[in-house]
Amino acid sequence: MKYSIAEAARAARRLTTCATAAVLAVMVGTSGLQAQERDKVTIGYAVSKSGPNAGGADMTVTPNYELWVEEVNAAGGLKLPDGRQLPIEVIAYDDRSSAEEVVRAVERLATQDEVDFILPPWGTGFNLAVAPLMAKFGYPHLAGAAVTDKASDFVKRWDSSFWFMGGSADYVNALTEILIAEREAGRINDKIAMISVADGFGIDLVKAARPSFEGAGFDVSYDKTFPPETSDFATIVNEASNSGADSFVAFSYPPHTFGLTKQAKVASYNPPVFYLGVGAGFPVYPKIAGGSVEGVMSLGGIDPDNELNTAYRAKHEDVVGRAPDYWGSVLIYASLQMLGQAVERVGLDKAAVAGELSTGTFSTVLGAETRLENNQLRAINWVGQWQDGQFVAVSAQGGDGKAAVKLPKPAWE
Amino acid sequence: MKVQTAFALAAAVLVVLALAPLFIPDYWTGVLLGMTGYVTLATAWALFSGPTRYVSLATVAFFGVGAYTVAVLNEAMPYPMVLLCAAGIGMALALVVGLSTLRLAGVYFVIFTFGLAELVRQVVSWWEVNVTYTMGRYVFLPFEGRHIYWQLLALAAVTLLISWAIGRSRLGLALKAVGDDETVAAHAGVDVTRIKLLLFVISATIITLVGAIQAPRWTYIEPSIVFNPTVSFMTLIMALLGGAMRLWGPLVGAVPLFLLFEWLSVSFPDHFSIILGLLFILIVFVMPNGVLAKLEDLRKGGRA
Repeated sequence: MKYSIAEAARAARRLTTCATAAVLAVMVGTSGLQAQERDKVTIGYAVSKSGPNAGGADMTVTPNYELWVEEVNAAGGLKLPDGRQLPIEVIAYDDRSSAEEVVRAVERLATQDEVDFILPPWGTGFNLAVAPLMAKFGYPHLAGAAVTDKASDFVKRWDSSFWFMGGSADYVNALTEILIAEREAGRINDKIAMISVADGFGIDLVKAARPSFEGAGFDVSYDKTFPPETSDFATIVNEASNSGADSFVAFSYPPHTFGLTKQAKVASYNPPVFYLGVGAGFPVYPKIAGGSVEGVMSLGGIDPDNELNTAYRAKHEDVVGRAPDYWGSVLIYASLQMLGQAVERVGLDKAAVAGELSTGTFSTVLGAETRLENNQLRAINWVGQWQDGQFVAVSAQGGDGKAAVKLPKPAWE
Repeated sequence: MKVQTAFALAAAVLVVLALAPLFIPDYWTGVLLGMTGYVTLATAWALFSGPTRYVSLATVAFFGVGAYTVAVLNEAMPYPMVLLCAAGIGMALALVVGLSTLRLAGVYFVIFTFGLAELVRQVVSWWEVNVTYTMGRYVFLPFEGRHIYWQLLALAAVTLLISWAIGRSRLGLALKAVGDDETVAAHAGVDVTRIKLLLFVISATIITLVGAIQAPRWTYIEPSIVFNPTVSFMTLIMALLGGAMRLWGPLVGAVPLFLLFEWLSVSFPDHFSIILGLLFILIVFVMPNGVLAKLEDLRKGGRA
């Protein structure tokens, strides 16, 4: 008994010492910062550099942050309304794909590092996890890599949040429009084989897809959800093939997208409409598929005639060492350009920047007049298709920066 | 008299810690919150695994169930009821699991508990995909970091109190006997299975509550977020570092390790995992029985 009391006393002492030290450290830390003169703009972010989310973050988010910062600094720094230019200093943390880490990292950026702006993490879940904090500390939240149908609700809840990637219903409805046009043209029947990965992304899309397809008079003759660990797609491709559907739709993640492509080639499964999830818009996709991927459809897509976008892709390849993906990258990059231009117009005041983002018109890689509607970017390419070695944005008839969809898909090589 | 002094001291520390968020920036409240969470997890873990030496990797199974309960019920009933429900579900799950597995021993138990965490995660995913058609739920509760911290602090205090009470009761004595040799304990009249079950249920219920209390901090919950196996490993390592057999052991392990993790992620964000791995190897080599045991050794060595 004596022991535990002595231990208790010792532990308590240690604890109080720790706490005092922590408090002291904080006080010294904050008072030291005040007196500094502004000679730079600090921008902080926490993204998943390790853990299961690292792949997605490293494809879509981090390279664009690095590219943008390098470009701005190479040009002399962020422009301010008075004509001065300040270089950007970056504070980057690894959230290790943990929700608690990303929350604490944002708290740290806001209250310890006192950065001027915070860029968002990767993924819908993590963007939502930090959204209340970004709002509380008054930072504009440029939620880039987050697909959500509830953006309008979130804007009401956090009025300095901005959503750049649309919602599941947007992607699905754009696909449905194309399918309706194809059916009217007599190129496909009214059956759809649909599979989805049992993860946030797959389930969200499939939930939007069922009513959308059925409302348009399609019969979802095969509807299956598979666990994220799935690596053998022989059965799924077989069953989809036997379902008699002319349209195959998979809301999948990169490993499944690649696996499905290979299996479809092996089984010579070549439906007129072959639509896959994330990964089909990666620049490496044709190489992984081993040959021509002409006609394969997915989310996203670019306008090959948009010179701004072509220049962006060249620059990305130059600075980062590889090409950006054909979906989210350009949206993230555009959101950063908007941030830079907002600062140039209204300065570093966070509330003013948020206001400008909300109402201003910007010249971005997406076009000379990019603006947000109700804090959401709507000028997004929802459906893309591989055409002549490029993953281009398509719609049923084409036009408005989109190509006409080319169906049925030609045979695999 | 001495017990009273210790209690007075502990109460004073508790008051200081409870008042801290009013004076320190939000970030440090966040650090205290995370630290208190892990102190509670490690202490609750050691409650069962320390004396019985059944190494459990099921921590995140209960933690995740707690978080999910809040995600599902937070709009259906008032918050205190939600917490009660979470505790109830955690307790029921622990009873079922405990009854069916506590006869397993050694490495089989470790493997089983690791599997359990994955099983629970898959069941929740399956349910969400095939029954409710929602993946990802929202928790909109009006809590800031410090509110969550205060709840965790209260739970940590209760957990330490339970651990202390068990340690000086007949139950604690029986537990020590079970840990030393189950067969001998059974022959001496200890109802081994019942005691193990009781401890397992208490420990699991507390862990479930930690998950439930922390859930509002993430706003958005999906299986991959709350059933993150790292939670199980961190808990285990913290408890072992401090010494799982002692009342203050898990705390002494959790506080420095948590601060170390925090310091590493601030100072070496790109080399975190490498440095962490090296440190673990070092810990295992230098003090395999925990910090407190090592300190004792050093003191004895000094005297001799």
